[in-house]
Amino acid sequence: MSSPFEYAPAPESRSIVDIKPSYGLFINGEFVDGHGKAFKTISPSTEEVLSEVAEADEADVDAAVKAARRAYTRVWSKMPGRERAKYLYRIARIIQERGRELAVLESIDNGKPIKESRDVDVPTVAAHFFYYAGWADKLEYSGFGNGNPQPLGVAGQVIPWNFPLLMLAWKIAPALACGNTVVLKPAETTPLTALLFAEICQQADLPPGVVNIVTGAGETGRALVSHPDVNKVAFTGSTDVGRAIAKAVAGSAKKVTLELGGKAANIVFDDAPIDQAVEGIVNGIFFNQGHVCCAGSRLLVQESVADEVLERLKRRMSTLRVGDPLDKNTDIGAINSAEQLARIRELSDIGEAEGAGRWSPACDLPSNGFWFPPTLFTGVTQAHRIAREEIFGPVLSVLTFRTPSEAIEKANNTPYGLSAGVWTDKGSLILHMANQLRAGVVWANTFNKFDPTSPFGGYKESGYGREGGRHGLEAYLK
Amino acid sequence: MTSTPTPTATAPQADFSDITRSDATLRRFLHGLPGVDQVGAEARAAALGTRSIKTTAKDYAIDLAIRMVDLTTLEGQDTHGKVRALAAKAMHPDPADPSCPMTAAVCVYPDMVATAKEVLGTSGVNVAAVATAFPSGRAALDIKLADTQDAVEAGADEIDMVIDRGAFLSGRYKAVFDEIVAVREACGDAHLKVIFETGELQTYDNVRRASWLAMMAGGHFIKTSTGKVQPAATLPVTLVMLEAVRDFREATGQMIGVKPAGGIRTTKDAIKYLVMVNEVAGQDWLDPDWFRFGASTLLNDLLMQRTKMTTGRYSGPDYFTLD
Repeated sequence: MSSPFEYAPAPESRSIVDIKPSYGLFINGEFVDGHGKAFKTISPSTEEVLSEVAEADEADVDAAVKAARRAYTRVWSKMPGRERAKYLYRIARIIQERGRELAVLESIDNGKPIKESRDVDVPTVAAHFFYYAGWADKLEYSGFGNGNPQPLGVAGQVIPWNFPLLMLAWKIAPALACGNTVVLKPAETTPLTALLFAEICQQADLPPGVVNIVTGAGETGRALVSHPDVNKVAFTGSTDVGRAIAKAVAGSAKKVTLELGGKAANIVFDDAPIDQAVEGIVNGIFFNQGHVCCAGSRLLVQESVADEVLERLKRRMSTLRVGDPLDKNTDIGAINSAEQLARIRELSDIGEAEGAGRWSPACDLPSNGFWFPPTLFTGVTQAHRIAREEIFGPVLSVLTFRTPSEAIEKANNTPYGLSAGVWTDKGSLILHMANQLRAGVVWANTFNKFDPTSPFGGYKESGYGREGGRHGLEAYLK
Repeated sequence: MTSTPTPTATAPQADFSDITRSDATLRRFLHGLPGVDQVGAEARAAALGTRSIKTTAKDYAIDLAIRMVDLTTLEGQDTHGKVRALAAKAMHPDPADPSCPMTAAVCVYPDMVATAKEVLGTSGVNVAAVATAFPSGRAALDIKLADTQDAVEAGADEIDMVIDRGAFLSGRYKAVFDEIVAVREACGDAHLKVIFETGELQTYDNVRRASWLAMMAGGHFIKTSTGKVQPAATLPVTLVMLEAVRDFREATGQMIGVKPAGGIRTTKDAIKYLVMVNEVAGQDWLDPDWFRFGASTLLNDLLMQRTKMTTGRYSGPDYFTLD
């Protein structure tokens, strides 16, 4: 495997980021101590302890919601849209200015490669704030709220660890644009960029209480979504937690949007642009270590080209570089946590036990930290667990089909329905497939492309409601 | 030390006679190749361009790139003196540093071959000649063949031919194929590089089809451009050609070389190409036998970066010979 052209390591400097030994909660524009027990956040690529973060208990959450309510009634909801837009634009510009700092911190705390945090996450975060800043003074033209749309009030938002900063932007930008105030809880394994975002809110002179950030784990999230003075709950994460949240808010007046799991089909027809399809398959499942709810984790490939696609896919996977997330040449970083690694291992072992063929390219994994090699399973059928359950890791299940109708049947035969991909040179087939696939997003000849102007959201157990685009406003307006 | 490209002798010559029988059979085959998605191909090329190359890898890449350069002058105003100077530079790119490798070849018009050969002798630097009514290719076949023979008799080691883009674009694939076969014949022992002028072929699908056509017709190298048409070499076009030679080897066992030409001026650009060679075709192609740069100004930037790597300082353009 050794090439004469071994790229020397090209690590991004950590010195641009100043990680404090401990962080408090961000309530009413200030950092305050939490009442709960502080917890540690570690770097998944080295297991090094990065910082101590306060845990918010019920009283802390209540204080945050009260601050948000005060800011909502006294300042934010009364402010004309064009004034709110100025704050959002300012935040977007600061995110751009501090982009490198945010990208480095995200990679340290999350384990994702700097290439992705720098080139995908942070630019898309800024784009979301810019995009929704543009909507803030045009809400009456949005088509929602009978021409005089009004904010809902205080939004309680709970986000996952796979895209800590991007999910924050997806939640906070539309909420603020519409005149709501927010209390946001980042995931317990990746709180640091949210806390840096809190500093950015201070830097932007955002009125106190408009954005509040409470850190903690499941209990903190539960306290937030069940708080009686929260008007809107927005959650991105696992289907199990989503179900619990739906139960918790049932019968209340709270509005809810849920973005949950997925088991997306990436469908490759025999007339597809094969080399680009292989890229799309790689991007679909190995982007962000497969920690993507819309990941193309089921490859459905037409039988006539299955061997060829697999051969090319394996060759391409052999060029993926796994390792230090801060190395600019790294394609695949660390698994976010020991728990997640254990789950990926468990499901992969089940795949093997059920008779699917397991393959990974030769790659040296670092000894510290949480690592899993890019993996594919061949000979998978709909009856295999790895074809049905979300693995949320760099594991691809390969299935085959013979006709478009078989592809549709198999693609739709899942409890989920978040995304799908279609690869063919035939435009009419793309449109036909897009109409038949029960998925919130259907990508054609591409995969995992995100843009603030394009709505995102799923069917069935993948959740309800849309985020992004004009549709994303609806969840924050009445 | 650069050796003349050797076709893999162990692999049996693949038989394409069923495919190359007529325009119809050729069209069926070429249009049956997997399509190229423009957006996807350009995105992949851009992504490969962001690889960060530092220190030891950069050292290696710069010397390799120098060894891959076909130092080129293709001007109407070329003189024997100019070609002599160019040939001397190809042998001693950096007179101040004997450790600096030689370039692969010097690329000139056929009437300059003898002059270049006289200077280069047995140095190991090849003489490449553009022939076949370069750059337009608009001449009768016997004139193109005579042009080729002229260059070969003058001592050219490599012939860079242009394809008939008019015939290709109007679907007369058989005519293009036959012409390449005839020129290859006329080359004798000289190695044949087939220039597509990708700027005129316009689509990536055409680039892939032209690649296969030239490979089946026996070209040793496929080359993007004459340098006389914009756009000349681009990363995505080269990506498609690298995929083609990779797939061709997979299908036939034969290795074909790739030469982007025109517009590659900086070390940074050259390294992007090498990264692409490494990750798309594979490390076997990281060799002057299988990858070349058609360039005239690239060499000096490589030399300047090379000096920077060894001394830690940048020197000005005056520290390097003009040509």
